[in-house]
Amino acid sequence: MDQFTLNLLVVGATFALYIGIAIWARAGSTSEFYAAGRGVHPVMNGMATGADWMSAASFISMAGIIAFGGYDTSAYLMGWTGGYVLLAMLLAPYLRKFGKFTVPEFIGDRFYSPTARLVAVICLIVASVTYVIGQMTGVGVAFSRFLEVSNATGLYIGAAIVFLYAVLGGMKGITYTQVAQYVVLIIAYTIPAVFISLQLTGNPIPGLGLFSSDVTTGEPILSTLNGLLADLGFASYTEQHDTTLNMFLFTMSLMIGTAGLPHVIVRFFTVPKVSDARSSAGWALVFIALLYLTAPAVGAMARMNLINTVYPNGTTEAPLAYDARPDWVSNWEKTGLLTFDDKNGDGLINYVGDAGANELDVNRDIMVLANPEIAQLPGWVIALIAAGGLAAALSTAAGLLLAISSAVSHDLIKGRLNPAISEKNELLAARVSMAVAIVVATYLGLNPPGFAAQTVALAFGLAASSIFPALMMGIFSKTINNKGAVAGMLAGLGITLLYIFLHKGWFFIPNTNSFTDADPLLLSIKSTSFGAIGALINFVVAYFVSKSTGAVPAHVVELVESIRIPRGAGSAQDH
Amino acid sequence: MADHSDNNAYWAANMRIIKISLVIWFIVSFGFGIILRPLLAGIPVGGTDLGFWFAQQGSILVFLVLIFVYAARMNKLDKEFGVDE
Repeated sequence: MDQFTLNLLVVGATFALYIGIAIWARAGSTSEFYAAGRGVHPVMNGMATGADWMSAASFISMAGIIAFGGYDTSAYLMGWTGGYVLLAMLLAPYLRKFGKFTVPEFIGDRFYSPTARLVAVICLIVASVTYVIGQMTGVGVAFSRFLEVSNATGLYIGAAIVFLYAVLGGMKGITYTQVAQYVVLIIAYTIPAVFISLQLTGNPIPGLGLFSSDVTTGEPILSTLNGLLADLGFASYTEQHDTTLNMFLFTMSLMIGTAGLPHVIVRFFTVPKVSDARSSAGWALVFIALLYLTAPAVGAMARMNLINTVYPNGTTEAPLAYDARPDWVSNWEKTGLLTFDDKNGDGLINYVGDAGANELDVNRDIMVLANPEIAQLPGWVIALIAAGGLAAALSTAAGLLLAISSAVSHDLIKGRLNPAISEKNELLAARVSMAVAIVVATYLGLNPPGFAAQTVALAFGLAASSIFPALMMGIFSKTINNKGAVAGMLAGLGITLLYIFLHKGWFFIPNTNSFTDADPLLLSIKSTSFGAIGALINFVVAYFVSKSTGAVPAHVVELVESIRIPRGAGSAQDH
Repeated sequence: MADHSDNNAYWAANMRIIKISLVIWFIVSFGFGIILRPLLAGIPVGGTDLGFWFAQQGSILVFLVLIFVYAARMNKLDKEFGVDE
């Protein structure tokens, strides 16, 4: 059986499984559609959160970014896990106690202001749409390679499947499908990593293999890798090249962004009790850590295997001839994501640090998908990784589309435009807004502002600067009032969006930017790191505006006091 | 339902646990992983140093412990104050 058939078979089988589950667990009421009837076990919810949250960016893109960025990219590892500590302690239990369906609903009630709710809807939509773009980029990459079509066609196929899938779902269907998707993606991620770790270090656990010794040289593999990179004129893998300021702010933006992403927060509305919301955040991180402890090993080992492939006789000898390139190189060339340009005309693949002389350009997003082929693993492992990448992208896209559509149908239409809307029409509105969101995301996915993980990092910056501070102040302060919250959110989101557009182009349209991340406007702060500053501005503006505009009404103070006490969350279960 | 002063004491106890947890959260990631890495450069771990390990793996392991310890302590606190479900 050839590789293409094997890919189709494995991917097709997993799709059949998801659709089967989605049909079995389809939503019958708005409570099931928005919050899965609040009956999900915390461990199950943790697993679903893991799949919901580990996206194409985590699965496909992150290890590739680590492979080429080394230590500097640790921000992704710390940022995308550290946020769960904030969620477990600062947000999830209190929002579960509040017991409504959406994040804007909480902001609207706590800040006793329909305007605050509307602003929260806008923040949610901007952050979630940006996030979906990152998923679409990843879906395009995975489909284009494994169905052997162009990147754009891959994107269209992916968009169609994500759409079908999300409309079938609702939160209940999505939750149980995500559990299955988690299992597929973690197996797909781990198996090739175990093989590769065994090949290079003899240690079957990739996370430990990263700090073990190379089986051929006996040196630690990170030292070996640094040596190879130095020979070729690349930057060291383990040293810091980014500024400490930017790295600090980037990590912080990713952490508070994780805690502020609405599609992650709503997952904690599905468990029965407040104590379940706390432990569920822990279980989510257990399932996420299984991948995240492996990812740095995948990154370093993929880089080593890439260099060893191009320089089969060592970095001091001549590189591989282009005519002798392995199949995976020519396969990826077809997608346009790996390019060879024989600058000096010697027919050899000169892969070196000097950009002027380097002839091999490898898109970071292909590293994880190409990894099993680079390490010459069996065909079924390659097919598995395709299924895993698609599971990661589809599960996150479904969760995001649900967050977007519930904001439009529940907060905007039912909450503001037409409170008398029937349940049936509310669900219809949810599905129409999903369709619009996916069309916009597909268009932007064709012209992405960065690699999948970088695009996603921007979404985190937006969530960090707008939603996280509003939620935190809503729970931990009794003095922040309606005007303060609205002003804070608008200031945080506005200034972060401005900073991003100045660096990435207005509305992400290429060549409309005034600055680049290589030479940013403020100090060394890149656009992906600005969310932390935006959040700080949000807090400061909200504090001073509240201070000068009056006290919070008594019934809202009571609301704040009630969400701080766990008892009584169960009564909010069926409404 | 417990009375008002009990609720305030419960919240104060919760805040104390959160503060301690977040200090540890900050030290292992932003501290050991980023700012204090040069200070840990002398401690070798598998071809690199302890700061690199904290940045890529150690901080994640500590985060896990923090959340489960927090969840367990809060369950105990909920029972003490009679606000559990």
